[in-house]
Amino acid sequence: MRILIVEDDLEAAAYLAKGLRESGYAVDHVADGKEALYRIAAETYDAMVVDRMLPGVDGLTIVKTMRAAGNKTPVLILSALGDVDDRVKGLRAGGDDYLTKPYAFSELQARLEALLRRGGGEAAETSLRVADLELDLVSRTAARSGRPIELKPKEFLLLEYLMRHAGHVVTRTMLLENVWDYSFDPQTNVIDVHISRLRHKIDRDFDKPLLHTIRGAGYTIRDPR
Amino acid sequence: MIPVRIVRSTAFRLAFLYMALFGTSVLVLLGFIYHSTAGFMERQTEETVNAEIRGLTEQYSQQGLTGLVRAIETRVARDKSGSGLYLLTDWKFTPLAGNLKQWPEFTSTQDGWLDVELPEIDGQRVFARLKYFLLPGNYHLLVGRDVAERNTVEDLIMDALVWGLVITVLMGGLGAVLMTRGMLGRLDVINRASREIMLGDLSRRIPAKGTGDEFDQLTGNLNDMLDRIGALMDGVRHVSDNIAHDLRGPLNRIRARLELALPQAGEGGSGRGILERTIADIDEVLGAFHAILTISQAEAGSRREEFAMLDLARVAGDVAELYEPLAEDKGIRLRVELAPGLSAPGNRHLLSQALANLVDNAIKYTPPGGEVAVALSQGPDGPTISVQDTGPGVPPESRDKVLERFHRLESSRNAPGSGLGLSLVAAVAKLHGVSLTLSDARPGLRVILAFPRAEGGTGRP
Repeated sequence: MRILIVEDDLEAAAYLAKGLRESGYAVDHVADGKEALYRIAAETYDAMVVDRMLPGVDGLTIVKTMRAAGNKTPVLILSALGDVDDRVKGLRAGGDDYLTKPYAFSELQARLEALLRRGGGEAAETSLRVADLELDLVSRTAARSGRPIELKPKEFLLLEYLMRHAGHVVTRTMLLENVWDYSFDPQTNVIDVHISRLRHKIDRDFDKPLLHTIRGAGYTIRDPR
Repeated sequence: MIPVRIVRSTAFRLAFLYMALFGTSVLVLLGFIYHSTAGFMERQTEETVNAEIRGLTEQYSQQGLTGLVRAIETRVARDKSGSGLYLLTDWKFTPLAGNLKQWPEFTSTQDGWLDVELPEIDGQRVFARLKYFLLPGNYHLLVGRDVAERNTVEDLIMDALVWGLVITVLMGGLGAVLMTRGMLGRLDVINRASREIMLGDLSRRIPAKGTGDEFDQLTGNLNDMLDRIGALMDGVRHVSDNIAHDLRGPLNRIRARLELALPQAGEGGSGRGILERTIADIDEVLGAFHAILTISQAEAGSRREEFAMLDLARVAGDVAELYEPLAEDKGIRLRVELAPGLSAPGNRHLLSQALANLVDNAIKYTPPGGEVAVALSQGPDGPTISVQDTGPGVPPESRDKVLERFHRLESSRNAPGSGLGLSLVAAVAKLHGVSLTLSDARPGLRVILAFPRAEGGTGRP
């Protein structure tokens, strides 16, 4: 997987590149907008991490320009601004996800992985499956080993998001943004409580747990095999 | 009736004082006219009577009683108006001459002057001022004047005085009300604009009338002051934003470095625990910076343009739903009562965050077995959201303080949190024109967010 980092803060870019390389990605780095546009035109990347505030051509212009040229590479926009409306502007310009500085590296990694997968299967699914857990997206019902599980609407959305990203880490802020549509962090970790409820419902009566907490990062649902 | 607020205004009091002063001067002026006119007439009467008595005593000393009687009769005959009064009697008060039929009844005299009411002449009451004179030979002489005319003049002046005063008071009162109303109108414009500016719209200015009068000058000065305050606040905001912004960079890099060091520290070692706690502390600082920036953005009021119509039951319901499991885990009943169909313009993220902070606090401070209630209803003006708990509450003297940045009650020093939660609620409330009230729920704290009356609507979509 090849990733392009467009970031003018050289030290921040170096840490980001180091972290991503250690996770097994091939990483290129450019420090200004013009250079980034040349690179995008010349080479093919699987995903991009673009800082919003750049000298010369800014991050949003880069995304708009490449989208206008028909380039569909997933883009994660980084910003120090962190306003709700900045987020909206970033996504409207053609960004696929938006992350506010400062961010945890694990957060960026989880979001990047989510973007890389999104690039693949676009087909509309009618059901999701992880091991013996099945989620019917049409009738909005869940079952494990054929035994139905009662879920509240938000619990269904939570499980759906986790299962769509099965095998990968999903962070608390990703859940807040995608399940609750909140772009703020509650003072108390309410997400933990929702997760433990969901875990209670899907894992209690079974030997092999599917839903796991990844310390310092988030949660993941995965096939025990 | 005249409205109370006109009566209580300074302008009205000044006008009233002016009216009282003017009324007094009218009273003094008319009093002086009365005194000089009536007094002059009285002195004139006295002088005439004295002159007559001098003439008559002369007649008596020169020509004896017959001469005096003749002189009196001549004078009575000559006096066509009948205002001259004469009476001459002997020592037994038997009338000898004059146009008075009998000795009038009187009780006292003053310097020989008598004020008497005579028997009616031609059906008219006659008031007279008479001078008594004892002639040698024990003859009594009374000479006087009918004072009806003088009384008429006195009455006229008295009437003028009373009416003058009444008209002065009426005109003055009317003038005071009109003047006050005009002045209050101008002041109202200034006051209304000031209130709106205080509610957070610092870009607003007080409209001037353009006449260059003292009100326009006041308006101009207030507007200049607002410009200056705005400039100073921008300066302060820039400084605090810059601090928060500039410190985020290095903190971010520290965090990134620690995160990279984490895998090298090895699983389960003490080094790893130190790194994790350090990262958690940095996250707390960064969270506080983020909250400061959010608060100053909300306080600046620049986010009002992105307001959308929000279904408040949905906003409050979503927050309550988010916190419901947390409350249940702590053994707290979360009661949610939401009236449907209420809406208000606002920013969903900020409003949700403010409500989340309130519910978070309520759950944090309520002991197990207690209750937290989230309610939405139609208030007297607009929709009202209340969050109420059965915790220790906030003492009345601290209720303003807890809304300030970083303020924490002594009793909650050890509880987790930055002390920014309620200041964010206050900033978001101000941005939305929502009035924020903290009160005693006996026991516990009740926080009420009252939305303003919707412009051109009832708040129902």
